[in-house]
Amino acid sequence: MISPAHTTDPEIVVAPRDASKVSLFRRVLRNPLAVASMGFLAIAVITALFAHFLAPHDPNTAVIQNVLAPPNSENLLGADGAGRDVLSRLIFGAQFSLAGALVALLTSMIIGVSGGLLAGYFGKWIDTAWTWVISLMMALPTIIVLLAARAVVGPSLWLSMLIFGVMLSPAFFRLVYASVTAVRNELYVDAARVSGLGDGRIIAVHILSVVRAPIVIQSAIVGGIALAVQSGLEFLGLGDINVPTWGSMLSDGFTNLYTSPMLILWPALAIGLTLISLTLLANSLRDELERSNAPRKQRRKAKAPAATEAEAPSEIIRHEESGAPDGEVVLEVTNLSVGYPSPDGGLKKVVHDVSLTVRRGEVHGLVGESGSGKTQTAWSILRLLPEGGKIVGGSIHFQGRDLAKVSERDMQKIRGRSIAYIPQEPMSNLDPSFTIGSQLVEPMQIQLGISAKEAKERALSLLARVGIPHPERTFAAYPHEVSGGMAQRVLIAGAISCNPDLLIADEPTTALDVTVQAEVLDLLRDLQKEFRMAVVLVTHNFGVVADLCDRVSVMRLGRIVETGPTEPIFESPRHPYTQELLGAILSEAEPRGPLVTAGNSASPSPKGAVR
Amino acid sequence: MSELLLDVQNVTVEYPGHGFRGNPFRALHSVSVDVHRGECVGLVGESGSGKTTLGRAVLGLAPVTDGQVLFRGEDIAHASRTDRRRLASDIQVVFQDPYTSLNPSLTVEQILSEPLDVRKVPRSESSKRIKDLFDMVRLPADAGNRLPREFSGGQRQRIAIARALALQPALIVCDEPVSALDLSTQARVLELFKDIQEQTQVAYLFVSHDLEVVRHISHRVAVMYRGEIVEFGDGDQVTSRPQHPYTQRLFFAAPVADPKAQARRREERRQLLAAQNA
Repeated sequence: MISPAHTTDPEIVVAPRDASKVSLFRRVLRNPLAVASMGFLAIAVITALFAHFLAPHDPNTAVIQNVLAPPNSENLLGADGAGRDVLSRLIFGAQFSLAGALVALLTSMIIGVSGGLLAGYFGKWIDTAWTWVISLMMALPTIIVLLAARAVVGPSLWLSMLIFGVMLSPAFFRLVYASVTAVRNELYVDAARVSGLGDGRIIAVHILSVVRAPIVIQSAIVGGIALAVQSGLEFLGLGDINVPTWGSMLSDGFTNLYTSPMLILWPALAIGLTLISLTLLANSLRDELERSNAPRKQRRKAKAPAATEAEAPSEIIRHEESGAPDGEVVLEVTNLSVGYPSPDGGLKKVVHDVSLTVRRGEVHGLVGESGSGKTQTAWSILRLLPEGGKIVGGSIHFQGRDLAKVSERDMQKIRGRSIAYIPQEPMSNLDPSFTIGSQLVEPMQIQLGISAKEAKERALSLLARVGIPHPERTFAAYPHEVSGGMAQRVLIAGAISCNPDLLIADEPTTALDVTVQAEVLDLLRDLQKEFRMAVVLVTHNFGVVADLCDRVSVMRLGRIVETGPTEPIFESPRHPYTQELLGAILSEAEPRGPLVTAGNSASPSPKGAVR
Repeated sequence: MSELLLDVQNVTVEYPGHGFRGNPFRALHSVSVDVHRGECVGLVGESGSGKTTLGRAVLGLAPVTDGQVLFRGEDIAHASRTDRRRLASDIQVVFQDPYTSLNPSLTVEQILSEPLDVRKVPRSESSKRIKDLFDMVRLPADAGNRLPREFSGGQRQRIAIARALALQPALIVCDEPVSALDLSTQARVLELFKDIQEQTQVAYLFVSHDLEVVRHISHRVAVMYRGEIVEFGDGDQVTSRPQHPYTQRLFFAAPVADPKAQARRREERRQLLAAQNA
């Protein structure tokens, strides 16, 4: 029955506040490289904005007696090949070079971002049209287009940067398009649509927020490319000679390289530092963005086996055996503890002092909710703990050896041969690029040392044994060609292929439909009887436990709280947690019954019918 | 009998096939179902049975190629974007996955105020409404300025329920809302659904693969199989004494959490399958 008391709802305790909420900008400020590059960019931008006040001379006024003058009090950095002040040209160069790059950047951003949003969000013909145009642009050689444009319209910094911006727009389009198509089918976008939000608002609130950060990073990169290409064009002398840019200074310096080598230094330095700053800034933004995602993943991983150190080790409730247990002991786990390194350098235990004994021909259920440590226990028996996890205490005795201590080489021989594994997700445990047959045959050849022909015969008979209707066809099929239930049968066939003594089944039916689940449970029961295997079955479903298990251990927060033969635990659970779990099962709850409305209590089933 | 709210009549949904002249995929074949005010109609079926598609068709998220979806007598199967926006205050949704149905970059308050803002509800009124919603779904009042990732699965599902309730809808389509939750959390969230229904007289179209969940929450139950409704009627009757062969298979396939009862059910299932295959 379900308890009606909600006042002490344990779910309501909200987790402590998240520290990673600090904005991206503020986190980037902690990175010294990012601060330095932002500082340089700020100086460059300020110089560009106030060029008129900062420059001592007009950048285009040529004074004939100053040609190639060395640095002096009048011309602090000297004068160039036409007798123009280098410092003034450098300062005005910042203005025009950066403005030119900005024109290209804004053009490509406006075209690319809006195109990507429209094509990605609305799809259909808008998508097709945009993709065609963008592909066409990517097929055009940019430099040739720029040279052709110069031939037609003459040397213009602004026009060439505008055209270059158009040519660069695929960089933004592809980025935004990919992000938007990924987000478009998110459930929260559907929910927003159902909430009555208009398309404009959905794009602004839910979609732009996802692509905003990548756009900023891409801008830094594209801005750098625009500056580099622009300087290149000017260096080749294709620019407007009346516009002072860093590129044209570079060109002038190059012509006078042997007479006045310092001339090339200043524009090269300005271009180089700006490009380096933009690249470093983009990199550190990307790093911060990835870092802000990383702790979340870690947290979730750590959360799955969320066990608390503080939890006092309460007494394990053991139910008495009805008779003396028979059969040899196959697996004996004693006081097993599993821990993961925590961010503060300590160790976070997720399994505490777990002990269990499994005899030949016995199915032992490990049951609990998410985060109870049941899967961690199963993985440590296989020695397949996720990265960082390790066995920190206790022993796992299997066939006279302590699995907690054997070498990885020995473990490889034991896994698959004496201990087999059935995973939760059948599809993700089959390699999509190999046929089912080859994935069954190969382990058998290695583990049993039999020929390919023998292994194939054995695989076919196993496929028939696990109830696959056309073994030959399934043998030759790829994983995507079979259903989830069939894939799980294939994995079961693989698991029993080497006659294991112990089978670890991790939620083997959770991903399956209920009618398929019943078939797979039947199959597991038959095989277990036939091969007299010891089985450790991890599940959250008490129905599966009732169906298959001889003994059961109920786990909570990394500990076993109650253990014993299945029947007494279901009949008279003694631990409050077991009682709560069994109480939450709906099958014993009353059905809701027909809708009763005021004034009419008759059963309303006007269309109730069986077809 | 209370007011007829939703009347789905012979609805067919076809998804266009892949490639040039690819065969369309028919997800629903002429399906009819009706939901009354304050009622919960359960839709149960296995993967690929079309139960989720039917829910999405009602929400306007699946292409209805034939038939009518009548909401208060008006056909909404092909409602325009503007009409849909108007309907949003009447028909709402709670999705299965509480991890992807909430935008991770918005705070809970922003998520809840979004539908209210669209309707130009004044700030003061909307913050009062949000406070009421927290109360209704039993979340602490200070939950508003936190991000969804700070909450557990059950709490996130409560946030999703609060969002659905924000506009005081007449019908909520619940698409497997408790499937991703732990057993004890699941029971509590189901109780919450029931309490809210009794308080507000909202109707539910409750989609689930779990016969027990559906039996617990639904007044009437429709069983779907391969895009069709094979059995529809009183919840207790359909889920305890099923008539259609498929519903019977479904019923006996679900294991009961009692070793002795399960042994009996297993035997019954074997006999049923033998009889059906004979």
